[in-house]
Amino acid sequence: MMRTKPIDGALAELREEIEGYAKEYGLDYYPVVFEVCDYDTINILAAQGGFPARYPHWRFGMDYDQLSKGYAYGLQKIYEMVINTNPCYAYLLNANHWVDQKIVMAHVFGHADFFKNNYWFSGTDKNMMDVMANHGTKIRRYMDRYGQDAVEVFIDKVLSLENLLDPSVLFETPEVARRRIESRVDEEHEDTGDDRSSALKSFMRSKARNEVLPEVPDSTEEDEIHREASTERYISPRDVMLYLIEHAPLQEWQADILGILREEAYYFLPQRMTKIMNEGWASYWHSTIMTKKALKASEIIDFADHHAGVMAMSKQNINPYKIGIELFRDIEYRWDTGKFGKEYLECTNMEMKENWNKETGLGREKIFEVRRTHNDITFIDEFFTPEFCERQQIFTYKYNPRTGRNEVDSREFESIKAKLLQSLTNFGSPVIEVESTNYKNRGELLLRHVHQGVDLDVNYAAETLKNIHFIWKRPVNISTTQEETETIVSFDGKEIKTSN
Amino acid sequence: MDHPIKRDHARFRKIVKGRIRDNLRRYISNGEMPSPKGDGQFKIPMPSIDTPRFKFGDKQQGGMGQGDGQPGDPVDGQEGEGEPGEGEAGSDEGSKELEVDLSLDELASILGEELELPNIEPKGKKTMESLTEKYTSIGTQGPDSLKHYKRSYKEALKRQLAMGEYDADNPIIVPVKADMRFRSADAKVEFENSAVVIYMMDVSGSMGDEQKEIVRTESFWINLWLKSQYKDIEIRYIIHDATAKEVDEETFFRTRESGGTLISSALKLCRDIIQSDYNSAEWNIYPFHFSDGDNWSTDDTKLCLEILDKDIIPESNVFCYGQVESRYGSGQFYKDLHAKYGESNEEVLLSKIKNKDAILDSIKDFLGKGK
Repeated sequence: MMRTKPIDGALAELREEIEGYAKEYGLDYYPVVFEVCDYDTINILAAQGGFPARYPHWRFGMDYDQLSKGYAYGLQKIYEMVINTNPCYAYLLNANHWVDQKIVMAHVFGHADFFKNNYWFSGTDKNMMDVMANHGTKIRRYMDRYGQDAVEVFIDKVLSLENLLDPSVLFETPEVARRRIESRVDEEHEDTGDDRSSALKSFMRSKARNEVLPEVPDSTEEDEIHREASTERYISPRDVMLYLIEHAPLQEWQADILGILREEAYYFLPQRMTKIMNEGWASYWHSTIMTKKALKASEIIDFADHHAGVMAMSKQNINPYKIGIELFRDIEYRWDTGKFGKEYLECTNMEMKENWNKETGLGREKIFEVRRTHNDITFIDEFFTPEFCERQQIFTYKYNPRTGRNEVDSREFESIKAKLLQSLTNFGSPVIEVESTNYKNRGELLLRHVHQGVDLDVNYAAETLKNIHFIWKRPVNISTTQEETETIVSFDGKEIKTSN
Repeated sequence: MDHPIKRDHARFRKIVKGRIRDNLRRYISNGEMPSPKGDGQFKIPMPSIDTPRFKFGDKQQGGMGQGDGQPGDPVDGQEGEGEPGEGEAGSDEGSKELEVDLSLDELASILGEELELPNIEPKGKKTMESLTEKYTSIGTQGPDSLKHYKRSYKEALKRQLAMGEYDADNPIIVPVKADMRFRSADAKVEFENSAVVIYMMDVSGSMGDEQKEIVRTESFWINLWLKSQYKDIEIRYIIHDATAKEVDEETFFRTRESGGTLISSALKLCRDIIQSDYNSAEWNIYPFHFSDGDNWSTDDTKLCLEILDKDIIPESNVFCYGQVESRYGSGQFYKDLHAKYGESNEEVLLSKIKNKDAILDSIKDFLGKGK
């Protein structure tokens, strides 16, 4: 059943026009396939992370429910969806006004360029459309065999781990992985103190092997497994999902599902790490293309209205579109005028600084470079300046227990920047590491929350531990800091315990 | 074929309903009533169904915004300056609560499933005429809001063709007043089972706020169930102390009198209402009486039983008496009814409601017979 159709007629002509401008400006992207669809379809696509086929799970239904209601009540509307694939698929809402379609197309070319060129996306699978569909088929097959409820419950549990990822894994080429394994093996030869844990590990692995492969008489396969067991594979301690795949007593289908969800989580990770840049870049280009090239005089009001709607500042949240586009513009301006480098920074004459213009004209070049090499954290760290902060009227707010409301806390540059960076660190999730898979020498799992100033939400942590316990099947623990006290929260299958 | 997400959606709805069913006793005992939204839907606050993850605690984190304001100014979009105590309570629930819309039927079926309520076998014949208006036809007159553009333009096109005014190269169609078409209603007569619920409540001094809250909660769920069973339902309210009067819903739950108690006064009024307004051949009649069981005199109780036997029970599907326990009530009336009608009478259902937790069981007592 086709719910989307390729653009044709006037829209196809419009696409040619906009694409011409995009090319002229030097945007570089995989072929973009535009399709139009109705609002219901775009809600479905959005609920499924942009993909037409996903594995069956109720949470997609929940997101769809909320998007549909939001649309029905006129609270929100999705104009477009772009997917990081090759070719790059982009969906337009058929009810968009003509000028909206223009904006959206220009915006899409910005995203497409970003997907292809930003370094953090370089390892993502550009065939994800097929991969996602295959994942769906696989999981449906498991549901047929093991029951929908059993599989769905397992997925529910795994989703609790979805944010326990290590961004460095994005760059782990097979070559790198091999080298890391080798260095790890060397270490292990010297390390004799912890042989019991590896003994337990290999016991668990052999147990798992017996469960999974009860009747494999084929000797070569058997050898293969032994060899694997002898060279312990190095896993980043922050890659909790992979740890569980390797060490938890899972059935084959469960390990497979865990692997599938891990792959999807890593696929989406770069998008979570570059939200500000990605939206800023796309907005920069829709704005540039529209105002410099594509806009007709009669469309200016509508364009200004919609652009302003997207860029609106909010007191509760910073708008990534706004911060992103303004930062790119600021960078362009600074590199056009030469407001960078030692000479500028060390200049103490405020008037000179204000009117600084070396006519370097490097702005465009610089922003293309920035979009290639940065992610949100480095982007903010490097280009978020006091002047910019003041111009954007950014503040931090804090909950005041006395008045029971959030209040403006500070407009001080240093604290704003620190807070902004903190909220972006590890894509906004707490850093969680696997500390031990044989805690207390009882095969318990010990996770460690690397405390960076903000405590965990205890209730959520407790519920999460329960879900991990379902996978690990032995007691699970997490060490963290609560109100400046070292704390270990544990779940042994019956109750949550907190000890200091 | 529908998109597979519809299955995910159905699955989500099923999970939601399961959660509501699991928490039904809590909802009911806490007197948390789903708020009706006007279009026959009920909004139900759901205990969060997000996936638990390791995440940062909210309070410490605060946030960032853009715009005017000095340090100490409130951030827009927040609750106004609440009492300090209130604010704290509010902030703890900061996690976004999911609100789920359920139709009356869905909610009733959850109640039915949980309590294993049988469907009611209506006793009346389908003699109640009800007019339903459906906008299925087209007329030449009507308000602009019901204008049918397609039909109007079709008429205009026809007229222009007939008059030779239509130019295929410049297809401009201008409807005139006579071309306008409007959606109009067809009245359809349907025969329905109809029901009336007559609530009677003792509002004498011994019935406190807590007792009334129990009655209120219980009546909400009873109404919900009966509404799912009958298409047309009327609800009447009678309050009484030593005298009885008919009131509207709001007054019913608000009034507090201090006089003595003559239950017969309410039953008399109930009888009069039935006799004047509801022919039992056409109506399914449900009198519910709630009190704390005190009655002024044994003579009056005798009179009550007489009215019940002679006039009310023969006319009604079932007569229900709910006795809400209160500190002052003697509970005598229950004993009297129990002595006369016994435990498993088909026409008189008795239930004692000790406290809020007993509401659910009491609903089951009343509705579990399928009468």
